[in-house]
Amino acid sequence: MSVYNQPRKRVIQFIIIAMVSIIITRLFFLQIVDKQYSKLADANAVLKKVVYPSRGIIFDRKGKSILRNDAMYDLVVTPRSVKGIDTVQLCKILNIDRDEFVKRISLAINRNGPVRQSVFASLLPPEVYGQLQENMYLFQPGFELILRPVRSYPYGTAANILGYIGEISPAMLKDSAYASYQSGDYIGLTGLEKTYESVLMGQRGIQYLVRDNYNRPQGPLENGAYDTAAIAGRNLRLALDIELQGLGERLMTGKIGSIVAIDPSTGGILAMVSGATYDPNLLSGSNRARNFAKLVLDTTNPVYNRGIQAYYVPGSAMKPLSALIALDEGVITPSYGYPCRGAYLACGRSIRCMHSEPGHASSLRVAMAHSCNSYFMHLYRLSVDAPKWGGVKAGQQKWAEYMHAMGFGHRVGVDIPNEKPGLIPDSAYMNRRYRGAWNSCSEVYVGMGQGAMNFTPLQMANAMCIIANRGSYFIPHFVHSIDGATDKDTILNKYSVRHVVAHASDSAFKAVIMGMQDVVEHGTGRVAQIEGIIVCGKTGTAENKARIGDKVVQLKDHSVFVAFAPRDNPKIAIAVVVDNAGFGGTYAAPIASLMMEKYINDTISAKRKPLMDRMIATPTMSAEMRAKSKLDSLNNSVKRYLNPADK
Amino acid sequence: MNRRSQTKLTQGIDWPIFGLYFALVFIGLMAIFAAEYREGDNIMQNILHLQKNYARQLMWFGVSIVLASIIWLTDSKFFTAMGNLAYAFGIILLLLVLAIGKDVKGSHSWLTIGGFQFQPAELTKLCANLALAKYLSSLETDFNKLRSRLIAAAIVLIPAAIIILQDETGLALVYFSFFLVMYREGLPGILLVIAFSGIVLVLSALLVDKNILFIIFTAITALVVYFMRREIKRKRSRLAMILGVWLFCSAFVMFVVPFIFTKVLKDYQVRRIEVMLGKENDPKATYNTRQSMIAIGSGGLFGKGYLKGTQTRFDFVPEQSTDFIFCTIGEDFGFVGSVIFIGIFLALLLRIIFVAERQRSTFSRVYAYGVASIIFFHLSINICMTIGLAPVIGIPLPLVSYGGSSLMTFTMLIFIMLRLDADRQMVLR
Repeated sequence: MSVYNQPRKRVIQFIIIAMVSIIITRLFFLQIVDKQYSKLADANAVLKKVVYPSRGIIFDRKGKSILRNDAMYDLVVTPRSVKGIDTVQLCKILNIDRDEFVKRISLAINRNGPVRQSVFASLLPPEVYGQLQENMYLFQPGFELILRPVRSYPYGTAANILGYIGEISPAMLKDSAYASYQSGDYIGLTGLEKTYESVLMGQRGIQYLVRDNYNRPQGPLENGAYDTAAIAGRNLRLALDIELQGLGERLMTGKIGSIVAIDPSTGGILAMVSGATYDPNLLSGSNRARNFAKLVLDTTNPVYNRGIQAYYVPGSAMKPLSALIALDEGVITPSYGYPCRGAYLACGRSIRCMHSEPGHASSLRVAMAHSCNSYFMHLYRLSVDAPKWGGVKAGQQKWAEYMHAMGFGHRVGVDIPNEKPGLIPDSAYMNRRYRGAWNSCSEVYVGMGQGAMNFTPLQMANAMCIIANRGSYFIPHFVHSIDGATDKDTILNKYSVRHVVAHASDSAFKAVIMGMQDVVEHGTGRVAQIEGIIVCGKTGTAENKARIGDKVVQLKDHSVFVAFAPRDNPKIAIAVVVDNAGFGGTYAAPIASLMMEKYINDTISAKRKPLMDRMIATPTMSAEMRAKSKLDSLNNSVKRYLNPADK
Repeated sequence: MNRRSQTKLTQGIDWPIFGLYFALVFIGLMAIFAAEYREGDNIMQNILHLQKNYARQLMWFGVSIVLASIIWLTDSKFFTAMGNLAYAFGIILLLLVLAIGKDVKGSHSWLTIGGFQFQPAELTKLCANLALAKYLSSLETDFNKLRSRLIAAAIVLIPAAIIILQDETGLALVYFSFFLVMYREGLPGILLVIAFSGIVLVLSALLVDKNILFIIFTAITALVVYFMRREIKRKRSRLAMILGVWLFCSAFVMFVVPFIFTKVLKDYQVRRIEVMLGKENDPKATYNTRQSMIAIGSGGLFGKGYLKGTQTRFDFVPEQSTDFIFCTIGEDFGFVGSVIFIGIFLALLLRIIFVAERQRSTFSRVYAYGVASIIFFHLSINICMTIGLAPVIGIPLPLVSYGGSSLMTFTMLIFIMLRLDADRQMVLR
C-alpha cells in the first residue's frame, strides 16, 4: 500500500470535480437557460387582492339616507390555531351544540385548509356579536371577528324599491356582463341596487401582495407600486319621499294592493307601495338566508312588487283616458252629451249604468262626475269607428296607439327591474281573440275600464301625470340624480325627456279635469277632499274575475282611485289599488287623499287623523290569507334590531 | 512572550481549511436567517430567547467553537487511542436510540437530552471514521486481504444498518461514502466499476420494463457468447461466468428490485425515487422538489438579492433551513452566488485531499479522506436533491444546514483533522 498513491488520489479528485461540474451545469440550465421558474415563482408568491370600495348610499328627496352601510361581523376560525379555548362558552353564545361545532371546524378545514381563515359563523346578529366581543379572550387563539359591510335600513321601508344585494350567482358569473366580478362578490340582485349597480359599486382597487405558502399575505409587493386604489361607490338621490313611503306602507297594512305617487312635473316617483310589504332589514346580511324563503312562500307574496307587476283592469279610472282620446281625435267636444237611460243598449245588449236619471251624461264634465258607463263606452266606439280611420280595425289600432303613447301596454321604463308591460287590445289582439270577426261592440267595455285590458298601478299613476300635465309626461323614475355625475353617466338621460302624447285643446283638458274635480267635490270620491286643495280624481271599481279550474268566478271588486292635486300646478299624481276592497271610494280614495295631503301639506290634519287611523287599522285581505301569513311577525322580528333613534 | 504563546497556540493549523470552515458556517447562518426572517422581527430578542432557528444555530456554533477549541488543545494521540472506544460508544448510542429514541418527522433517530434533541446518527459518522482510520492504520491490517476488507466494510456498515432501522435511510447511505476512502487505501478499482454498473443496473431496472430488460440481457448475452465463442471453446469456465452474470442480472431485475420496492422500501421512499426518475407526476410527491427548483431557478444569474427571495422567505420551500437550505442561496444570489458557494465546497474538498496526501501516518490520511468523503457525499446528495437530480433524501448540507448535531459533528470531524494535520510529523496509529 503506497503512501504516494497518486493515480487513486487523481481518480477521487476527478470524481469530486465531475460531480461539481454536473451540479453547476444543472444550475446553469435551471437558473439561466430556463425562464419558466421566475414565472412560477411569481405565481407562487404574488397575491392579487381585490379592495372593495364602500357602496354608495341612497338618499330620499329630502336628503335623508334610506339605507346605510353597517358594520357586521363574521366569526372566522383558523383551525390549526385553535388551542385551549372555551368551546362550551362559544357554543353557548352561538347557540350550537358540540357536534355542530366539530362539523363547522371540519367544514372549515375542508374548505380552506387548517392554517387559513374560514368563516365559522357569518354576519352575526348584534346581540351575538356583543357577547362574543366581550368574551373574545376566551376563544383566542383561533377565533377572530372580521368586519363585513352590510346594508341596513333605518326606516324599514321601500324594500321592493331598494332591492337587496347578495353574493353573485354562478350563472351570473358566466355572463360576460359580469366579467369583472369574482365568486363571492356582492352585487345588487333586485331593485335600485341592481339597476344602479355600476354607480353604487364604485371601482374596485387591486392590491398586489406577497404571500407565503399558506396563502397568507405577508405585505405589499414592491411597496405597492402596481396597486390601484379603490374608488368609492357614488350616492343616489331619489325623488322618493321616505316619509310618504312609510305612510303609504302603514296605510296598506293588512291590505293587498298598491300605491304609486309621482311628481308630474318631473316624473319622479314619490312613493311606490306594494301591499303587503316587508321590512328590507329582513333580507339584509345574515337575515336573508333565514327569511328569504319565508317571504317568497308567504301567502301575501310580499316580494312581488305590485306597483309595477300586478295587473288590474282600471274600472272607471279609465274614463278620463277614454275622454282624452275622444277629445284628441276630435270625435267629441267637451259639450258632447249622451242620452243614457240607465243602460247602454247600442250594442244589442244591455250594459248597466249606475245612473238612470235623465241628463246625468249631458256633457263630458257631468258624465265624468257621474261616471256614466254608457257615455264612455260610447266615446270608445266613436273613437274606433271614426270615419277618418276607414274601418274599425284601423280605428282600434289607432286607439291602441293612443293608449301605448300614454304608457299602457308596454313597459313604461321605470328604473327598477321586472316591470310588467300590461295589456292593451290592439287590432292584432282582437283578430286573435275574435278570429277576425269583431267590431267596436266586441270589447266595448274597455271604454269604461273593463274587459280585455291590464294596467299596472304605475301606468295608472303615469296616466294621471299626463292629465295633470295637460298632455305630457316624463318616464317615471326613482333616481333624481347621481352624486358626482359626469357626461359619461347616461343612465338618467331618458328620464329628463318630456313625452307629449295628446294635443287636445286646453278646453278639452279643462273639461276632463273639471269632471275629475266634480268627482271629488260632489261625486263618488268625496272622501278624497283635502281642505284648501283642489283634488281631481276618479274612483274605479275594478271587476275581478278569476279562472278557478274551468269556471270564471266573480271575486270581490278591487277598489281603485286615481287622482292628482292640486288642480293647478299639480304636485302629485297618484294611483291607489286596494284588492278585493269593493268600491273605489271606500278604501282607495281615502288612502290616496291621505297620501296627497301628507305630501302637499307635509302633515295630516288633526281632523283627518281618525280617518288615517281607521285606514291603517282596517284590513281588507281575506281572513284566511291573514291567518296563514307570517309576515307581521317577520316584520316585527327585525324591528328590535333597529336603533329607535334612527327612526 | 505573548507572541510566542500565540504562535504556539495556532502552530501548524491549516489556515485555508480553517477559513473555509468559518466561511461556510457564516454563509449557513446568513441563509438560515434569510429563510426565517420576517420584516419587523425583533432579531435581538429572537436571538436572546433562542426563538428562531438562526438563533439556535448561532448557539450551536458557539458550542461548536468550544468543542473545536477543546479538540485543538487535545493531544493527537488521544484520537488514535480513542478510535475503537468512540466506535463502541457510537454503536451503543445508536442502539440506545433504537430503544428509547424519539420520533421526529417519521424517523426514530432522536435522543432528547436536557430539552435539546440530538441525533446520534450524525455523531457516529465521526466514530466510524475514527475506527476505520484506526483499523486501516494498524500494523496487523493488510488491506490487500479479503478478510481485512470485510472487517473494514463491517466497521462502516454496522452503524449504517442500525441507522436504517431508525428510518434514517439518508444518513445511513452516507456510510457508503467510506468506500471511497477504502478505494484510496487499495480496494480494487474494479469494485468502483461494479458499483457503478450496479447503479446502472438498478436504474435500468427501475426505468425499463423488466420483461424488455430480460430480453435485452438475453440478447446481449447471446451476442457476447457469439463473439467470444472461440475463447469459450478454449475455456469452458468463461461460458459459466457469462451465463452467471446473465442469470444474476436477470434475477436482479425480475425479482430482487420488485421485491425491494414492494417489501423493503417504504411507500414514500418508492415515491420519491419514482418522482426523481420522472415516472410519477403526483403533484404532492413532487411538491418539495418542484418548489425547490422554482426557488433556485427563479434566482436567475445574479439572484433576487439577500432577503429578497419570495419563495424561501415565504415558506414555499419545505425544510428550507435544514435540508433545502441551498434554495435560499440559489434564489437570493443566483447562478453566480451558487457557483461561488459550490466553489467554496470544492476548495474545501480539494484542500482536504491535499492535506490528506501530505500525512505521514496512515491514520491521519484515512481519517482526512474519510472527512472529505463524508462532506462530498453530503454535498452531492443534498445539492442534487434540491435541483431535482436525486431523490429527496433527508441529509443536511455540511456546516450550512440548520441543526446542532450536524454542525457539531462536522466541526469535530474537521477540527480533529486539523489537529492531526498539525501533528503530521508524528507517526500515529
